[in-house]
Amino acid sequence: MEKRVTFDGKALPYLLLAPQLLVTIIFFYWPAVQAVWQSFLIQDAFGLSTEFVWFENYQTLFSRPEYFRSLVTTLIFSSVVAFLSLSLSLLLAVQADKQIKFASGYKTLLIWPYAVAPAIAGVLWLFMFQPSLGLVSQSIRALGFDWNPLLNGDHAMALVVMAATWKQISYNFLFFLAGLQSIPKSVIEASAIDGASPMRRFWTITFPLLSPTTFYLLVVNIVYVFFDTFGIIDATTGGGPSKATETLVYKVFHDGRLGGDLGGSAAQSVILMVMVIGLTAIQFRFVEKKVQY
Amino acid sequence: MNNVQLRKVGKVYAGGFEAVRQISIDIPDGAFCVLVGPSGCGKSTLLRMVAGLETITSGEVAIGDKVVNALDPSERDIAMVFQNYALYPHMSVYDNMAYGLRNRGTPKPEIETRVQEAARILEIGHLLDRKPRALSGGQRQRVAMGRAIVRKPRVFLFDEPLSNLDAKLRIQMRVEIKKLQRALGITSIYVTHDQLEAMTLADMLVVMNKGKVEQMGPPLALYEKPQTTFVAGFIGAPPMNLVEVPAGGMAGLTLAHPPQVGRFILGIRPEHFQLSSEDAGPSALVVELTLTAVEAVGSETFLYGAIGGAGREIIVRVPGKADIAIGTKLRAVADAHDLHFFHAETGDRLPD
Ligand SMILES: Nc1ncnc2c1ncn2[C@@H]1O[C@H](COP(=O)(O)OP(=O)(O)OP(=O)(O)O)[C@@H](O)[C@H]1O
Ligand SMILES: [Mg+2]
Repeated sequence: MEKRVTFDGKALPYLLLAPQLLVTIIFFYWPAVQAVWQSFLIQDAFGLSTEFVWFENYQTLFSRPEYFRSLVTTLIFSSVVAFLSLSLSLLLAVQADKQIKFASGYKTLLIWPYAVAPAIAGVLWLFMFQPSLGLVSQSIRALGFDWNPLLNGDHAMALVVMAATWKQISYNFLFFLAGLQSIPKSVIEASAIDGASPMRRFWTITFPLLSPTTFYLLVVNIVYVFFDTFGIIDATTGGGPSKATETLVYKVFHDGRLGGDLGGSAAQSVILMVMVIGLTAIQFRFVEKKVQY
Repeated sequence: MNNVQLRKVGKVYAGGFEAVRQISIDIPDGAFCVLVGPSGCGKSTLLRMVAGLETITSGEVAIGDKVVNALDPSERDIAMVFQNYALYPHMSVYDNMAYGLRNRGTPKPEIETRVQEAARILEIGHLLDRKPRALSGGQRQRVAMGRAIVRKPRVFLFDEPLSNLDAKLRIQMRVEIKKLQRALGITSIYVTHDQLEAMTLADMLVVMNKGKVEQMGPPLALYEKPQTTFVAGFIGAPPMNLVEVPAGGMAGLTLAHPPQVGRFILGIRPEHFQLSSEDAGPSALVVELTLTAVEAVGSETFLYGAIGGAGREIIVRVPGKADIAIGTKLRAVADAHDLHFFHAETGDRLPD
């Protein structure tokens, strides 16, 4: 006989959910609603009066080339980071999976970056790559390469890409390792008997079987790059030089907080929000249908 | 010639555990060799060493007189059927079977004919477009077999391929595997811990225990002349009765010609007993029993009785149904050629 615990009344479940609901409403839904509302308003320069303007903020936004430049920057940034962090962590996970003996120590080392706050990660990388004093910069200089992320936009981009990738590898690694370990050993052995070289085995068996994990991580990584890299960018380059590393999320902060254009900034947030909702929807649909074998 | 030779093969795992000790087996071309033994006795380890999935610590494995110790699994020209089938979950049945051929660069039209041929033999032609997850256990088993036979390997290796099937399907597949192996004439090594499967499939039966070979030979030879008490107890169901008889004999048990060794172990199979009455003539073995339990399965009945009323319990098989009350005193007799004698300490068969 299964014993069931039952509660009288309908209030208790809601009461138990209340703290979580409250947090979600106060920190997620309320700001979201506020952002949508604000994106329809224009404030005068002194913040004394506001005017309801419907979609004017959005129109202004889309008429500005900087916004598209920022969009392109974000797309480049996110695809490079997603590609690099996914492929590097997959490579590391495959190595760890082979050498499960050393894996625990190796895993711990790889998980550390994940525990580092983004801004601190940014500062760390900034120090290492600081043009005149940074350890890494000095070595790069020694090789005869003129490294200067403070002036050169591409270098700055490379720097934030490295910092963001480094930070994301841990998370991806854990998922990939779990994914690899869930592939039955006998399937791999069967393919070895079937005459597949290790390389071919990876591409025809392991990689396809990891596809649900890879797809999940791809979406998570893109969302991460879109939003969570704010701290890294702010601490490392501040969006510069000359906006070379100004991603959409950084621009929201820059325009709203520093530029005082609250309406425009809110409109940008709303667009970002729509993007994330879209990505998440795609993820749910695909993870449930397509990518499964 | 695709004979398989194991020469003093040993396996010590990384932790220092010796899973296989000095095993030598000579499997002739086309023979069906079955490795049987209790869980953990090293059957899979031995099979995987033949496959090349496990390194060989000592000794040699030769396929067709060529030592293959250093060869990769793919270079040994073997095919293996795994217990969990190990089908490629993301590939269709067709691709599962074609995979090994594609890896070896077989031309497309030939792949097509070979896969269709295998599918026809195994009656899975209508499943070729399905993914493994859309198959029943029995169908997956057939696909795993198909994947092994399309390649026309020199040796088939099976690691408990039927243990995930229900009892009825297991018997059906057992018959089919045997037929298929006969038809193809491919040397096979088959691992199981089901002694009935082992008896029915094997041309050559190898009983293993604790990493060593206890006895090998044709299945009926092992049934008729087990060399150790382990083999005696392992082959046959229900197992052979093994009774330790002390030097002075045992109350309720009379042997016409006991071996002249003092203490020994007497072995007698349940099916070799007959029930008899007081006034019947003398027998090589007479056991007085008190019935303690009855197991009727329809075609036969197993009677459990305590020797001399309180001694060791043994099993007696009688054909058909038997209507006997618990507590009844019985007299079971057996012929001299059905008696087995083993050394009391070592468990080895005593010379006849
Ligand atoms: N990778 C390994 N490392 C250490 N010991 C192992 C390893 N694989 C197997 N063993 C040990 O070797 C022994 C034999 O294992 P094996 O898998 O060959 O048994 P088996 O006869 O196939 O048993 P079963 O019928 O349960 O499959 C076992 O005691 C097992 O614990
Ligand atoms: Mg096994």
